[in-house]
Amino acid sequence: MAKYKMHLLVCGGTGCRASESEAIFQDLKTALLNRGLENEVQVITTGCFGFCEKGPIVKVMPDNTFYTQVTPADVNEIIEEHVIKGRKVNRLLYENPETAEKVEDSKHMGFYRKQLRIALRNCGFIDPENIDEYIGRDGYQALGKCLSELTPEQVIEIMKKSGLRGRGGGGFPAGLKWEITRQSKADQKYVVCNADEGDPGAFMDRSILEGDPHSVIEAMAICGYCIDATKGLVYIRAEYPLAIERLKIAINQAREYGLLGKDILGSGFDFDIELRYGAGAFVCGEETALIHSMEGLRGEPTMKPPFPSVSGYLSKPTNVNNVETFANVPVIINRGPEWFAAIGTEKSRGTKVFALAGKINNVGLIEVPMGITLRDVIFEIGGGIKDGKKFKAVQTGGPSGGCLTHRHLDTPIDYDNLISAGSMMGSGGMIVMDEDDCMVSIAKFYLDFTVEESCGKCSPCRIGNKRLIEILDKICQGKGTMEDLDNLRNLSQVIKDTSLCGLGQTSPNPVLSTMENFYEEYIAHVVDKKCPSGQCKALLQYTIDEENCVGCTACARNCPVNAISGERKGLHIIDQAVCIKCGACIEKCKFNAVFIK
Amino acid sequence: MKPEETDKTKPIEMATIKSLDDLRKIKSEVQTKLSLRERSNHPEQLVQIRVAMATCGIASGAKTVMDYMVNELDKRNIAAVVTQTGCMGYCYAEPTIEVTIPGKDPLVFGYVDTKKADQIIEKYIKNGELVEGIIPVNYESIEGK
Amino acid sequence: MIKVKIDNKTVEVEKGTILLDAARKAGINIPTLCYLHLHDLNITNKPAGCRVCVVEVKGRKNLAPACVTECMDGMEVNTHNIRVLNARKTVLELILSDHPTDCLICPKSGTCDLQTLAQEMGIRQIRYQGEQSTYREDTSPAIIRDVDKCIMCRRCEMMCNEVQTVGVLSAVNRGFMAVVAPAFEMNLDHSVCTYCGQCVAVCPTGALTEVDHTNNVIRALADPSKTVIVQTAPAVRAALGEEFGMEAGTLVTGKMAAALRRLGFDYVFDTDFAADLTIMEEGTELLDRIGRHLNGDKTVKLPILTSCCPGWVSFFEHQFPDMIDIPSTARSPQQMFGSIAKTYFAEKLGIKRENMVVVSIMPCLAKKYECSRDEFKVDGNPDVDFAISTRELAHLIKQANIEFNHLPDEDFDRPMGESTGASVLFGVTGGVIEAATRTAYEVFTGKKLEKVDFEQLRGMDWVRRAEVDFDGTPIKIGIAHGLGNARKLLEEIREGKADFHAIEIMACPGGCIGGGGQPLHHGDSSILKARTAAIYREDLGKPIRKSHENPFIQKLYEDFLGKPCGHKSHHLLHTHYFDKSNPVEIE
Repeated sequence: MAKYKMHLLVCGGTGCRASESEAIFQDLKTALLNRGLENEVQVITTGCFGFCEKGPIVKVMPDNTFYTQVTPADVNEIIEEHVIKGRKVNRLLYENPETAEKVEDSKHMGFYRKQLRIALRNCGFIDPENIDEYIGRDGYQALGKCLSELTPEQVIEIMKKSGLRGRGGGGFPAGLKWEITRQSKADQKYVVCNADEGDPGAFMDRSILEGDPHSVIEAMAICGYCIDATKGLVYIRAEYPLAIERLKIAINQAREYGLLGKDILGSGFDFDIELRYGAGAFVCGEETALIHSMEGLRGEPTMKPPFPSVSGYLSKPTNVNNVETFANVPVIINRGPEWFAAIGTEKSRGTKVFALAGKINNVGLIEVPMGITLRDVIFEIGGGIKDGKKFKAVQTGGPSGGCLTHRHLDTPIDYDNLISAGSMMGSGGMIVMDEDDCMVSIAKFYLDFTVEESCGKCSPCRIGNKRLIEILDKICQGKGTMEDLDNLRNLSQVIKDTSLCGLGQTSPNPVLSTMENFYEEYIAHVVDKKCPSGQCKALLQYTIDEENCVGCTACARNCPVNAISGERKGLHIIDQAVCIKCGACIEKCKFNAVFIK
Repeated sequence: MKPEETDKTKPIEMATIKSLDDLRKIKSEVQTKLSLRERSNHPEQLVQIRVAMATCGIASGAKTVMDYMVNELDKRNIAAVVTQTGCMGYCYAEPTIEVTIPGKDPLVFGYVDTKKADQIIEKYIKNGELVEGIIPVNYESIEGK
Repeated sequence: MIKVKIDNKTVEVEKGTILLDAARKAGINIPTLCYLHLHDLNITNKPAGCRVCVVEVKGRKNLAPACVTECMDGMEVNTHNIRVLNARKTVLELILSDHPTDCLICPKSGTCDLQTLAQEMGIRQIRYQGEQSTYREDTSPAIIRDVDKCIMCRRCEMMCNEVQTVGVLSAVNRGFMAVVAPAFEMNLDHSVCTYCGQCVAVCPTGALTEVDHTNNVIRALADPSKTVIVQTAPAVRAALGEEFGMEAGTLVTGKMAAALRRLGFDYVFDTDFAADLTIMEEGTELLDRIGRHLNGDKTVKLPILTSCCPGWVSFFEHQFPDMIDIPSTARSPQQMFGSIAKTYFAEKLGIKRENMVVVSIMPCLAKKYECSRDEFKVDGNPDVDFAISTRELAHLIKQANIEFNHLPDEDFDRPMGESTGASVLFGVTGGVIEAATRTAYEVFTGKKLEKVDFEQLRGMDWVRRAEVDFDGTPIKIGIAHGLGNARKLLEEIREGKADFHAIEIMACPGGCIGGGGQPLHHGDSSILKARTAAIYREDLGKPIRKSHENPFIQKLYEDFLGKPCGHKSHHLLHTHYFDKSNPVEIE
């Protein structure tokens, strides 16, 4: 067998594929073939590297060269210069935004320096469509160990000791959940993997499934062994075609190796996995709604208890964990619970994957130890705020998380700290806002999502969230009153207090947290009728500066609603009642006389 | 799923794995394949060898040396990372290689052929004995930083 | 037993008891809206969706819905502190903010659970005003869906799917636009709706109501060219009194007849008369089939299924089209009455059928649909012109300024007002088969029944199986009420697992006394029990208790029909069924 000297890892995540990474892969292969280098250099498609801001990514091993924003046109240069002559292609290297220096070794990139990759351990490292590469990275060792050396109780004990909590948002201890499901007696039980990642902008689970599907398969089998289940189901969004394809390939490979199916590794344990597709309803990420959707019923939650661990899919005991939770399991078994528990904080062990987004330099997927501060995440890993703007807030926990501020930057990130700060871990969305963002509009933006995604089953969520957004809209229109603010707060509290499921119980968080942390912005909108960040169009006022106006009439002539009046060579005035804030006057004025207040 | 869809990714030998031992066997087979990537994660703990592979180097046989190093280190079970680099500036002494043993300063060897390479492995890398042909380094490589 | 403390009162309850019931035990009535529990029928709707019943549970971070939260030992609950009250009122205001507040002209005004709750909670303003969700109105032959008034309690959905297994109504769309509707939001008359009306019977608001025919009746009564005849179904007399504040189970047969006469009906007749006629026809058909079966005729279809319930008829036409030759071909009492009225009685009066208007008072909404079916029309003129519900009759009586409670008891007119105890049993589950058994036994054995009460056929169990000894021949009888239970029996028959001779099926839980046109029970199943008891009391009080002994029925056969299942009765009193399984068209 040829021994490759060099590996070219091409990111095959959904983001990079959207920017022609498949063509890059093909071109690299062809270029190597043309030069007779196909036995020396191997090209591999991997899962997401996380650094999606600068995709497509091509990583050269073993020298850790990290090429960003590669295009098919760069392929020949990479081959000629780097592969043949050993000279790195400087212009494709990642540039440190602070020092403007090119970083040659990805280990020195701020983005990766503070990360600790457990769930993402294989993403961007192995070929997800090749089970052998997974096995080469200790894959299925944990399953083998469980089946041959450990009793289900012992495995559950390991899980409990590790302190792993559910990564889908709830933070329920995974080991305890397994134990409860094990204790529920039934002729059939189920392991369900929740891959219905619905938070806007979040793609943690997708990346794991695309980059390391076997880790989830292995963990589900381990879970099945622990709870006496022979059937596993992955509930995955139909909008994740690549993840589905990779998962299917992985399941088939595992079956062919006998790692799924009957009598796995000669242990007598049977386990197999089927896929179920979700149609993209956010609420179906809630486990009872997810189960109903799998059963062919309307995807809406029911009251717990009974918990799925007692009565779930087809009324049988069902253990539901999310993708990221499962991805941690094999490592915990292989390295031991103590190793895992040593990472993170006392009540939140291990790491968490976040999808960094918003006004931040390094948008992408990161995995960090619990307990890292928001500051480290935003300024070290995230590379700070875009365009040198000022940090204003960070929203964690998806659409129903809260907005945190400067005050929280040094708070160690874990489940409990985020909740006491008025937000939550959620499944790991993290959106950064800068000085230009209007917090009232931000709250409205998130509510827009929850209003759209509410299933409509319980009245507070169905009607209450609609009323919340109507009040917010009123405030953004400059028609809000102080009474509206009282109503907003009361209604938010009641929705939290009375909603049926997690969606409604958290949906007012963006309102409550922005009211708590940015009350002055609400006051500005309501009392002064001003939007401090200039985002609320209705609150902008176009005025003409007395000094600069020369009376050229250009603004008046171009105003589509005839809101501007004034004599030639005299001062022009905008009638605020008529002005529609289209901005045509600003554009046409050659003397910088029109400005926005 | 239809079988043909999986063909492209089907591992070459798809015999059923019947025990943990079977699994470990596959693992060790595959690990050598992955070792290149694996090692580059912690190069500071391993022997690092950089082969100057600019035009001058290649012209003087650096490619042969590199292949030899990669294969021999592997055969002799030495965990090492072999990377290629650009011209080190010692074109008179090509092929040149730089060897860094963990905890030691890098050494550059000149006029390396397979014979010399063998010596470097056996004497310097394995036992820390110096070998003929060391070129005194007169600048700091930023790559090493 | 475990102990819970509710508003500082400690109550002992069994494990698994919900907070709502525990509170009731402590004398605390937590308001509910979507929750519905018909205890004796084991029907429960608790989606925990309205969130009106929320209470504070010590140690819990959010409020708990009392309708689904189970008591835990040592639980401390507060049902009316400021947090709970504020939440409850806010939730109610939210529901009202998305509800047309046109209560004054709403058909449910006065019997609306939402209205009552708003009144009890002292709602005087709606702080959260905004857009209201709107949908198109859907009018079918029997039921109107005014979906703007839907509060998503899901009671109708539970009835339609779990109890009736008809599967027409379910939640569609999401969030603010979520609503209960047939699939693809098609109209009811395009769906497989049976018009059983159980959705209407449980709807807390005006979202689901009957098509109101009272004005048609008023116009007919005012038309001097028309002879207007009324018939009243058995179950009506056991429930009408409730609309006038009487206790459930009060029999108002005499007052009802008096009221109808005062409303101006020319003849006040009784559907019970036609029920006796139904027994003659259906009983004869039953005995014929059994006789042929016992003689070894392999082509004979058994069991025979009753066919007097129009909801049930629609159900098997839609859902079991392969079995439409099993039910009896006998028309329902309503239709037999109409048919005889517009032939035999019209002839007697010497008037044309066009000048006769037959109105029926029914506990049922499917009867509205039944009387509109084409096969029950002669040259476009229906045998029964209008079927109005018990509730509609109450409105008519009130509109006519009749002091119902003070009316004297009056009799029905003759000949079509005379009936037996057997016929009144048609109002309860098991009643039709009991009435048929009384007659069939005597005809089959030629012996006189010593005891006419067949206790084994009575009760509220969903599916009942009994064997009646016909003088050495065991006759196996099945009874089901609620269409979901009918489905179970039908599937048994289809799979060849059932060995019944005769099966009675009623679409509504409890039979007609629980029909979709009855006064609303608001979830109190003791009302249904009281009505049932009243029906059996009425039977007991009748001098004649077997249909074939009704002298006016005997005379009808002598004078007009000939013999049961004869040529004339076949033409006038029997029908045929249609395969309605064709895929529905979507607009």
